[in-house]
Amino acid sequence: MTWRDRILGIWRLFNSPSRHHSLMFLTLGGFIAGIVFWGAFNTTLEATNTETFCTSCHEMKNNVFAELKSTIHYSNRSGVRATCPDCHVPHQWTSKIARKMQASKEVWGKLFGTIDTREKFLNHRRELAEHEWARLKANDSLECRNCHNYSAMDITRQSPRAGAIHERHLLSGDKTCIDCHKGIAHQLPDMAGVPQG
Amino acid sequence: MKPVQILNFAAVLVFGVLVGHHCSRAPAHKFIDAPVGSVAVPTTTQTSHSIDALRRGAALTTEPESLPLARVENADIRRARNYPMQPPTIPHAIDGYQVDQHANRCMLCHGQTNSAQFQAPPVSVTHYMDRDSQVLAEISPRRYFCVQCHVVQTDAAPLVANTYTGADDILTPTPATGE
Repeated sequence: MTWRDRILGIWRLFNSPSRHHSLMFLTLGGFIAGIVFWGAFNTTLEATNTETFCTSCHEMKNNVFAELKSTIHYSNRSGVRATCPDCHVPHQWTSKIARKMQASKEVWGKLFGTIDTREKFLNHRRELAEHEWARLKANDSLECRNCHNYSAMDITRQSPRAGAIHERHLLSGDKTCIDCHKGIAHQLPDMAGVPQG
Repeated sequence: MKPVQILNFAAVLVFGVLVGHHCSRAPAHKFIDAPVGSVAVPTTTQTSHSIDALRRGAALTTEPESLPLARVENADIRRARNYPMQPPTIPHAIDGYQVDQHANRCMLCHGQTNSAQFQAPPVSVTHYMDRDSQVLAEISPRRYFCVQCHVVQTDAAPLVANTYTGADDILTPTPATGE
């Protein structure tokens, strides 16, 4: 029996009508199996969308996560913390799946140790940062705005300087958050030649 | 005894004599100025009184209670200079501003190119000059680390009273307001 015959056999089995099982068993069984599959899929997806998961590899833990710890997005007066996926993974489902598929490249990087030392990470930092800047620029800083909604922002409670600049550049829409707030949660790479502001 | 050991012994002996001599001659410091921001700490005896203003007069055998953390003044109102050529103080918070070999957050707004966009006072052209007065395109490396000269101000009460009077006030004293 060759491999071709085996595969053909399996194909015939699935392609022929069920001989013993009722239609109700098959439809209900398929339905329940679908729920179980979907639940498992989503649970796994969400499990990869946590700070614990992101910082379980040393590349993240020793570099970007260590830097995040001293910033206001990690520790602040009101105790609300932005974790990795809040800023780096889109919240909407289709965009999230698209981002997760892109992230399979990061698994490749992990396997081949692209940034497995601090020096390698620093050498790649500008490129990695540019990906995130481009993403946030393209979606009008969506992940910032998931929390920092301009319509809910009381600029009279900001410092006069911040309020005036937000009113002039953010309200008018000629700038988006990432234009001025690069490096808000991590250290910046070498910024030579990067237009700022 | 080897010659090296003898030398070592002699060096330790000389050092010890010198230190002892210095300590016996050093004047007994007294705590002179009452610190302005001091916290009342009970002192046990006069001999255990601290001479360190940073300890705010607490006895050496006690631990002074910490002052509350000072807040950085963030009112964005430019302050007067206390003397000519004083580096202007920073009238806003600079928490987390990255100034290192990769990036200079201050220059995002205070650089010559971006100052109009952010309505921030641009750094003076002297800050673009190297020590031979050659004007550079970027901020001069010797001026790069802003907080070496420019600092934020906090609402902390001064630890020691200060009677500094600027030259302008000495030349033309401000008239008393009649209080």
